[in-house]
Amino acid sequence: MLEVHELTIRYADRVAVREASLSLQGGKVTALIGPNGAGKSTLLRALNGQLKPAGGSILLNKESLERFSRRAIARQITVVAQESELRFPVTVIEFVLGGRFVWANNSGWGWESEHDLEVAESVLAETELRELSGRLMSELSGGERQRAVLARALATEAPILLLDEPTANLDLSHQATLLASVRKRCDSKNAAALVVTHDINLASEFADVVVLMKAGELVQTGTTREVLTPELLEKVFDVSVLVDAHPISGVPRVTPVHETLRHFENQ
Amino acid sequence: MTTALLSIRQGRVTLRKTMVWCAALIVALLLTVLIAALIGSEKLPTNASACSILSVGMNPCGLTRDQLDILFQIRLPRILLAAAVGGSLATAGASYQALLRNPLAEPYLLGVSNGAAVGTMLALVFFGTFEWSRPFMAFVGSLLATFAVYRLGRGRVGATPERLILAGVIVTTLLSSVIVFVTTLMDATRIRSFTFWLLGDLSGANRRLLPLTISVAVIGTVILTLNARSLNLLMLGERDAFDLGVEVSRVRITVFLVASLLVGSSVASSGSVGYVGLVVPHLARLSLGSDNRISIPSAAILGALFVIIADTVARTIIAPRELPVGAITALIGAPLFIYLLKRD
Repeated sequence: MLEVHELTIRYADRVAVREASLSLQGGKVTALIGPNGAGKSTLLRALNGQLKPAGGSILLNKESLERFSRRAIARQITVVAQESELRFPVTVIEFVLGGRFVWANNSGWGWESEHDLEVAESVLAETELRELSGRLMSELSGGERQRAVLARALATEAPILLLDEPTANLDLSHQATLLASVRKRCDSKNAAALVVTHDINLASEFADVVVLMKAGELVQTGTTREVLTPELLEKVFDVSVLVDAHPISGVPRVTPVHETLRHFENQ
Repeated sequence: MTTALLSIRQGRVTLRKTMVWCAALIVALLLTVLIAALIGSEKLPTNASACSILSVGMNPCGLTRDQLDILFQIRLPRILLAAAVGGSLATAGASYQALLRNPLAEPYLLGVSNGAAVGTMLALVFFGTFEWSRPFMAFVGSLLATFAVYRLGRGRVGATPERLILAGVIVTTLLSSVIVFVTTLMDATRIRSFTFWLLGDLSGANRRLLPLTISVAVIGTVILTLNARSLNLLMLGERDAFDLGVEVSRVRITVFLVASLLVGSSVASSGSVGYVGLVVPHLARLSLGSDNRISIPSAAILGALFVIIADTVARTIIAPRELPVGAITALIGAPLFIYLLKRD
């Protein structure tokens, strides 16, 4: 669906992403992990057309991304970022219907159709926000707001989802439900998702493909078992890790072994 | 249909709701025009005046030549100008607020009105004989001021409401000193009328510029209303809007150009009437919600109503003398500004 060939992104004085190649496929969740400042968010922003590549190419359905209009891109690719601060009162349903803008017949005055309302209704159900649809966004909890951001992205019906640390402010159970919604969208609608995350174990649980990134370069791409190895993780994060199998799912489970833990070893 | 689905459909802004509200507000506006035309230092017979206005001046309905002149040459042009100025400023304010994500953004407080004032004054001093140079230079002035505030207001972390208002203060004071400088180039007899004009004054209703001011107000409001759904998303943040398919730079340029045109044309004809762009959109959002598809056109009509009423007060409260209309709008607007600032 989305193919990236040797993509280079340059900020004024430095290279943020260097010759990255990556492919997002329908039905697959790809996790992008790496230390702070590795260029993960930059790469994600470039895939959405927000940053212009200094080299390489991005192909959306085999055509160069640059040839698509903004709306055409937004119909195919949707982004879930940390929510922006809201300065005007907006209800949850108004917020979620924002995702239907891409399908409006004209860019400004367009009014939501019956179909738009049906889609909004179904994504509100999907993200368990139906009961809150009339509430103001400012009245929701952090977890509910993040779900509304996801609901808005799902409302675009774009087959490619880019998620930038979607679980950063969520508690344990909401982290899992949010990623479960993404997983469900990929499985049922053959969508492709790229999730930037710091939570390696969450990635291990939900992702089909893991991409390791360090200092602007993609170090390794593969299945969770191929990529989440002590050698690769130590190389990327500069910290010793212990990798064992999750007692229930059997997927790799990563535990960092900090210096402070060493004295327990000796006891 | 489930109850949740019903609740989604209830209370939402729809085309129908917008049309009904705008129609009701237009009826109120027409009534206000009629009533304001009857109020003034010179008493006019109510029925005959109403009859004459409703016949668009075709039928004198028993009014004398002088009374007809007062009605059609003095009062109605002034009321129509008040409506155009109010509509322009309220629309510009509502769009600036949405685009800049700042409930406090307003042409007067951002220094945009002052930019237009400097443009108008320069046109008066250097191209005094060309009437059309005034609205044009006012437009250029407000556009430059808009860009200056926008650039200054954007820090590395984006534009916070406070930073933007601070940028507005800087641009306003800078332009004020330019105004003072240009004023000293004028002869003493013109300075008083000038000071009045700067505070926002509708008494000089210029009949030749009136059709232009009205056309700009109507066309500008239509264009900005047509961008209302994009503005709804921009109100949530530029990056969100971009991600959701809004061509952010196109909408930004459109709003800057059209809002500057609105402010320019109203300042060229009536000076800087302050706070209209703050009070009116706030009122519209408070009663109708944040959806720009309904709040921008409603703000336009409410703005027209507001300035007609404020000007009627300004010209009657100490009759036969007059206050600048800007003094009345500021009297209402400044306390509201303080309230909004405190609430945040």
